[in-house]
Amino acid sequence: MKISRLLKTIFMIDFVTGLLIAIKETFKTKKTINYPFEKGSLGTRSRGEHALRRYPNGEERCIACKLCEAVCPAQAITIESKERDDGSRKTVRYDIDMLKCIYCGLCEESCPVDAIVQGPNFEFATETREELYYTKEKLLENGDRWENILAANIKADNSHR
Amino acid sequence: MDSYFSILFSEVYKIIFLLVPVLVSVAMIVWLDRRVWAFVQKRRGPNVVGPFGLFQSLADALKYIFKEIIIPASSNKLVFVLAPVVTMTLALISWAVIPFGEDFVLADINVGILYLFAVSSLGVYGIIMGGWASNSKYPFLGAIRSAAQMVSYEVSIGVIIINVLLCVGSLNLSDIVMAQQNLWFVIPLFPMFVIFFISALAETNRPPFDLPEAEAELVAGYQTEYSGMMYAMFWLGEYANILLMCAMGSVLFLGGWLSPIDVFPFNAVPGPFWLIFKILFLFILFALVKATVPRYRYDQLMKLGWKIFLPFSLFYVVLTSSFLLYFDLLPGK
Repeated sequence: MKISRLLKTIFMIDFVTGLLIAIKETFKTKKTINYPFEKGSLGTRSRGEHALRRYPNGEERCIACKLCEAVCPAQAITIESKERDDGSRKTVRYDIDMLKCIYCGLCEESCPVDAIVQGPNFEFATETREELYYTKEKLLENGDRWENILAANIKADNSHR
Repeated sequence: MDSYFSILFSEVYKIIFLLVPVLVSVAMIVWLDRRVWAFVQKRRGPNVVGPFGLFQSLADALKYIFKEIIIPASSNKLVFVLAPVVTMTLALISWAVIPFGEDFVLADINVGILYLFAVSSLGVYGIIMGGWASNSKYPFLGAIRSAAQMVSYEVSIGVIIINVLLCVGSLNLSDIVMAQQNLWFVIPLFPMFVIFFISALAETNRPPFDLPEAEAELVAGYQTEYSGMMYAMFWLGEYANILLMCAMGSVLFLGGWLSPIDVFPFNAVPGPFWLIFKILFLFILFALVKATVPRYRYDQLMKLGWKIFLPFSLFYVVLTSSFLLYFDLLPGK
């Protein structure tokens, strides 16, 4: 062992240098965000909580083609449809089991009318499992709540589709 | 009979008066540890529960109370339950002899340092019991490691304490503090202080010597099978031990409750506050070390303890005693 190396070991030069660096780093600005109070930015294609959208006149977009149900790899979507009095086909039941869902975004991709979309909301934790079996009402309500952001995201992403 | 009860109650009152602050400060110290660790890594650390996240540990403790305690079917149940109790009890009873001020000590026994040393040596039993009673391989390996580690470093701590005792001539902790009125022992015995600090890290299973609970190799070491409040008791005992080692370091080397210089603004601060400042200073060093240093390998740990620290501190004992003898500075003359 070289003398300089020995002296370095005895006086713990490396350790002290490391400690000084650690103390210096302590006073620098934080690299993490203060999460529940501050949030990071999300891309236009972020895949969060699902929503069913409506047309501006209030009509549901979903035409019950069941493409999303067919494509869903986790088989989390259940749809039942019926002909309405005016002759159009509409869903009577549109359930998503959010516990089965793997948030792959295939339902959104397969939808021909941009009805089922995944919004930017990722904070929908609940206290019971039952609350995560989303029904049509819940999904439509989500769509109404997030419509501004959803429409803007789809518009921003339009050139890439 | 009456006097018996009055003595009993006054003692119980004193003990509670000591233990409650210790337990609260243990909770605070866990928060401080996590916070310092986070700051070094430029994270924020726990900052949501209460002001600056100060109540995080209390929230964690509450969570642990409500969790289920799982006792493995193949474990030795009595020993399994006893292990965290032993750890925590041993970590707390040592506080009886720590002097917070001139007459501010629960048990002013004249072999205080010996008592402290004996109790901290017993601390390893909690870990061995926990590891053995779990009847599972990772806790068992963790317990074996920690037994070997704690025994090795106990030896060098013992020799370091001899250095201090040579300079004091008494085993009473208050006497040790009073002997440092002119010069803290950290100055003449600086190498011993460094070795004491490193041995204290090893003794309390802190990084870089946290081999008994090395999560990459041993899951969680001897704590693997523990859950709920029993885990929390291990955790409390561990931090109480760390705090105790910091207190021991402050009493032996940093002049206990004495102020750094005996001039007005400093000596007006009450003694206990100085001791708390010193404990905090040492603890922040503990936390910084945890955040900076990678874990030792097992053979490196043993080599450091037996081949470097032990011979060096023995050599220092000879050096100190010959110095004291030559210059006729031996205490008690």
